[in-house]
Amino acid sequence: MAFPQPRPQAPQLPQHLLRTIECQQGAVRAVRFNADGNYVLTCGSDKSLKLWSMSRGTLLKTYTGHGYEVLDVDSSYDNSQLCSCSSDKTVILWDVASGQVTRKLRGHAGKVNCVQFNEEATVMLSGSIDGTVRCWDTRSRRYEPIQILDEAQDGISSLKVSEHELLIGSVDGRVRRYDLRMGQLHVDFIGSPITCVCFSRDGQCTLSSSLDSTVRLLDKSSGEMLGEYSGHVNKGYKLDCCLSDKDTHVLSCSEDGHVYFWDLVEGSLTLKLPVGKAVVQSLSFHPTEPRLLTSMEGHVQVWGAEPEDNCTYLQEEK
Amino acid sequence: MHLKLVCQPPLNTKEEEESHSTHTATILAVNMASDEDSDEDFVTYGTPLEPLEEDEPVRKPLPVHEQTVKDEKGRYKRFHGAFTGGFSAGYFNTVGSQEGWTPSTFVSSRQQKAEKPNVRPEDFMDEEDFSEHGIAPREIVTTDDFASGKKDQLKDKARAVSSLAALIPGDTGLLEELIAPARSSIGVELLRKMGWKDGQGVGPRLKRKQCKQNDDAVKVYGCAFPPNGSEESEDEDEFAPENVSFAPKDVVPVDFTPKVDSHGLGYRGLNPLQALGGGSETGHINLFTLQSDRTTSLFGDRNSGQQRRGGIGGQAFGVGAMEEEDTDIYHKDSMSNYDNVLGGEEPGDGLYGWTAPQQYTRKKNDSKRDVAYLGRILDGFTLASQVTEIKTVYPPPDLPRDYRPVHYFRPVVDSSTVSPIVAQALQASRGHLSQDAPQQGRHSLDSSQRCDMLGEMPLQGPSSVFELLGSKDRERLNEIRRAATEQNKSVENLSSAVDRAAVVASAKAAALQALSSRFQSIAPQPDSHTQSQTSPTKSQASSETQMALKAWSGPTADASKTFKPFAENPQKQARYDLYITKLKQGNKDALESNLDSSMTEWERGRERDEFVRAALLYKPSNSSLSSRFTRSKHEDDTDSVEVTRDQENDVDDKQAAVKMKMFGKLTRETFEWHPDKLLCKRFNVPDPYPGSSTVGMPKVKRDKYSVFNFLTITDSSQVSRGAPSAPKPPSSSSTLPHLTPEVSNKKSRWDIPGQEPKDPLSAFISETRSEVLAAKNETDSTHATATPEVKVAQSDGKQTEQKTEEEEKEEDEEEVRPPMDLFKAIFASSSDEKSSSSSEDDSEEKEVAPPASDPIQSSAETLNPPVSAQSTPAPDISRLTDLKHLTVQSMPSAETTAQNTQSSHSAPAKLQGLDEEEFGPRLPPPGFIPSACSPQLKKQKKKDKEKHKAKKHKKEKKKKKNKKHKHKGKQKKRVEESNSSSDDTDSNSEDENRVVSTSELLQRLKNIRSKREHI
Repeated sequence: MAFPQPRPQAPQLPQHLLRTIECQQGAVRAVRFNADGNYVLTCGSDKSLKLWSMSRGTLLKTYTGHGYEVLDVDSSYDNSQLCSCSSDKTVILWDVASGQVTRKLRGHAGKVNCVQFNEEATVMLSGSIDGTVRCWDTRSRRYEPIQILDEAQDGISSLKVSEHELLIGSVDGRVRRYDLRMGQLHVDFIGSPITCVCFSRDGQCTLSSSLDSTVRLLDKSSGEMLGEYSGHVNKGYKLDCCLSDKDTHVLSCSEDGHVYFWDLVEGSLTLKLPVGKAVVQSLSFHPTEPRLLTSMEGHVQVWGAEPEDNCTYLQEEK
Repeated sequence: MHLKLVCQPPLNTKEEEESHSTHTATILAVNMASDEDSDEDFVTYGTPLEPLEEDEPVRKPLPVHEQTVKDEKGRYKRFHGAFTGGFSAGYFNTVGSQEGWTPSTFVSSRQQKAEKPNVRPEDFMDEEDFSEHGIAPREIVTTDDFASGKKDQLKDKARAVSSLAALIPGDTGLLEELIAPARSSIGVELLRKMGWKDGQGVGPRLKRKQCKQNDDAVKVYGCAFPPNGSEESEDEDEFAPENVSFAPKDVVPVDFTPKVDSHGLGYRGLNPLQALGGGSETGHINLFTLQSDRTTSLFGDRNSGQQRRGGIGGQAFGVGAMEEEDTDIYHKDSMSNYDNVLGGEEPGDGLYGWTAPQQYTRKKNDSKRDVAYLGRILDGFTLASQVTEIKTVYPPPDLPRDYRPVHYFRPVVDSSTVSPIVAQALQASRGHLSQDAPQQGRHSLDSSQRCDMLGEMPLQGPSSVFELLGSKDRERLNEIRRAATEQNKSVENLSSAVDRAAVVASAKAAALQALSSRFQSIAPQPDSHTQSQTSPTKSQASSETQMALKAWSGPTADASKTFKPFAENPQKQARYDLYITKLKQGNKDALESNLDSSMTEWERGRERDEFVRAALLYKPSNSSLSSRFTRSKHEDDTDSVEVTRDQENDVDDKQAAVKMKMFGKLTRETFEWHPDKLLCKRFNVPDPYPGSSTVGMPKVKRDKYSVFNFLTITDSSQVSRGAPSAPKPPSSSSTLPHLTPEVSNKKSRWDIPGQEPKDPLSAFISETRSEVLAAKNETDSTHATATPEVKVAQSDGKQTEQKTEEEEKEEDEEEVRPPMDLFKAIFASSSDEKSSSSSEDDSEEKEVAPPASDPIQSSAETLNPPVSAQSTPAPDISRLTDLKHLTVQSMPSAETTAQNTQSSHSAPAKLQGLDEEEFGPRLPPPGFIPSACSPQLKKQKKKDKEKHKAKKHKKEKKKKKNKKHKHKGKQKKRVEESNSSSDDTDSNSEDENRVVSTSELLQRLKNIRSKREHI
């Protein structure tokens, strides 16, 4: 090509509130984009799971079947299935279209904090406060997990799945990475209870937030620390962290009602996005666009890089 | 000449049939006419018709559908049309069959290799067409390998030439026929190439003379060669020149034919040639003759004159086809075979008519008769000339009457390992006891003894773990030990085995409770209550021993059928057996007497306990029941536990590394981990360890009672303990936010039962360790003085008795109570259930009275004071609570109901508090949900906000004050909490300001009252 590549634009941060969704399902414990980022899933403390359209903010479906507050949800790559976990110690596999429970899996001894599909949605992985991660088979009718990973010495707070790796953060202050291809378990000691872990989008780094109000970026292969991000407040609650769509920024919830944006390389605080007064409990970044979902108490806010004209509902209380 | 005209019966039409019949009739007439002439004159063509018989009914003509034509292989041919030669080809004029035309397929697998298709044109042709195309029918033909002689033009010519000069000119084929070309093997051809000639022996060439000399010198052992060959060689020898060597003689090799049949030696089955063709010399083979007949035929050949006959004959065989006469089919036992005269003529053998057995009669006969009696001598055997001496067989000695052919291997006992009582007993009974311990073998020696024997220098450095401890710790240990021994001594003074057992068993009393209670329900309590008991545990243990005694002293006890629980340790099993036998005798001191005196106190205690339990567990059961069970192949009560092979390194190092922000090698550890095969499959990943059956972390078996096991466990508990300096998660227990050292002992409530210390030693070790750690904490942390008090606070309401640490330590020495966490875990989980249901109510109630959600929030917040003090939303929340008060005040009518709801919600709030007691990061409070608010309340809120703004400053001041007071108030907090439970006038504000001192509280109450008055 004769033309040089256009200079990469400065990454746009989702700092404009597009809309607020009142979920009416108690506290929203987790908010997640679906696989392609067109839909929003919210986990309510009133045992319901709701599916929303991101662009319009309308409720599409409510999934009921859990016995206690829903704590995490994940959608399969083809948007045909959902898996959710709850304080009622169960993991449920849902059929998206019909809203029926495909499978209800019991086995955890405590509340299940996090759940995740693998890439092909053949396995569901759920991490619980009982310190185990259970791998459930979605293909067979077995109700026993394929394998139980019980290496953690305390409850599992967060887990993520990549192509052949499981990243598991535990309250015992360790981030464990199970490499299925190599058959190895890498344990990174962080010290403070882990609240959230995630992979970077290039799959080379891991991000982990812990209760010492610090988010750390570690090199996946060696375990060396590449960056440390602090300034926010995370001392008692299980708060989420994530990376932006192009791995340019590190985001974290905070107990002071803000979402903190750090530059990934420099580690400097780029933006302190005021969300509300209460604790920002969960956040989720759009897989491709600069869109952000935050959940605080009973509502979910959608943030975009540019203000939209048809802002449907602005919060008067603010 | 007559022409016999025969027509093939035409098949097609009826008319023809009829005409044919008339026609044959005429021919027959001709035949009849010519009958007088001889038949030889006729020339016949075709096949003649079967002669018609007069009375035969006229045959029915075949219907059309049955008139079929078959080819030469019996397959049906169908008349088709002129172009295909009249008959169809293939399947309805296709190339296929009924199944359709199937193209040839090529299938080849590893097991069944496909052969190379060698297709000839014949494969595609019909058999009928072979002749048309000149393809000869395939038959078995001799290949030219086996054909008589190859055609060789040169040889032919040579033969032709030689034939001319031959004796019989012109005859070429005659010699060739006589001398068939024998095809020689490759070995023979090789030999020929090397110069061997037919008729020679194989081997180096010999000088004849030497050979002969050797022959003379050599003694012949075994079978001698037949002499005639050597004679010949002697003849030749005479002409042999001096320096000419000869090829060795060709020797017919001895043919060792293997015996392949299962007949007896020398037996030959019936030779069919002999039997049918008529064997010349043996004559008639009679298989089934009477013994008497056979003996006669063997001895004196009475029937020598009898002509030989072929075939099998004899009794019940009938007459064969080859036999002319049909006599002698049945055995005729003539009376001449018998002696019919009693004491008449004397045979001369001195037996007087008594037909003696053969060995008596044989004595008189010579050896030839013997041979005859024996029958045919085997090939290659001759009859021995000298009779071998018969070996004298001595009878075995007579066994004593009470001899039992069983040998018991008594366990190896030496005086050092066996208690003196047992040793005495052994010496008294058997009179021998292995005295010399050092001759026990090298495995019984310990390392220092071996070291002495080898003359090595003793190893430098500490020989015991205890030497590694500090002097203070050692002193403390010694104290504990002394106390324990004193206790034991005092117990030993009692000299009652039951009581002694009880003291040791008291450590496990709690664990055994269930077991013993079960047995107590089965068997009535024996007379243990008559004994004076000092402690309940003692009584329990003694009751156990009593029970064991009772169970075993019964008449049903059968020693042979008892279970061997310690089979893997023979010495221990021997001690146990001894114990059981004593139990059976009703000996009350059974337990104490047979314990090993050389063992440590702890080991003995453990063993004592084990014996009692084993005796109870494996007590003799009914035979009907015990017969249904078999002994397992693998002992289940092995002394080993499975432990993950790779243990984590020291956590303190990691902690230090984290502090220095040196992530990487110091904080990273990599273990081997085996994913499940199915998991790999689901992840589309090849199995990293194909062929290994382990899943997860590889496990290793370790001794259950190894000290190091417990060390590792305490190490892992230290993981969280080592992190008190780091910001501790309030999550670990929200009610006990400061109890880092104590709280950290429970990593999580889920893994407590697993690592429950099982015996006093482990408890002791962990206790000492914690003590060491506590001491360390005391030295380096200033505020650690609060720990014991906090501990007291922790025990508040849960632990009934409060103890100082020393007391507690001693308590732990005596009995190991399950730690508090266990109870907590049990009750917390049950409250979890409750809270789940209550929260359901909660959500419903929210709609009724939305402000009620606030106290929950505030209570949750106050449960976690450090966070609320520092985090910014805290004032907001407190403002909200105030706000709610205002709403309550503004609606005095609703006040009572609100109070009610509050009080009703205080319970869920508490429950939630329990719920919060989970470990790990908590979930944020559900918060204020605006949509759930009624519009009225919303309005109110807006109003109140404005009102509240003025008070905000005041409030913040208060907050600051609170902060100041906090450090002092921390200790008082618990007390206040207990107060607050009784104080229910305004639990709301209480909840919010639990941190606040009482005076502050009063002031605030006053404030509220004044506010109310104001409104």
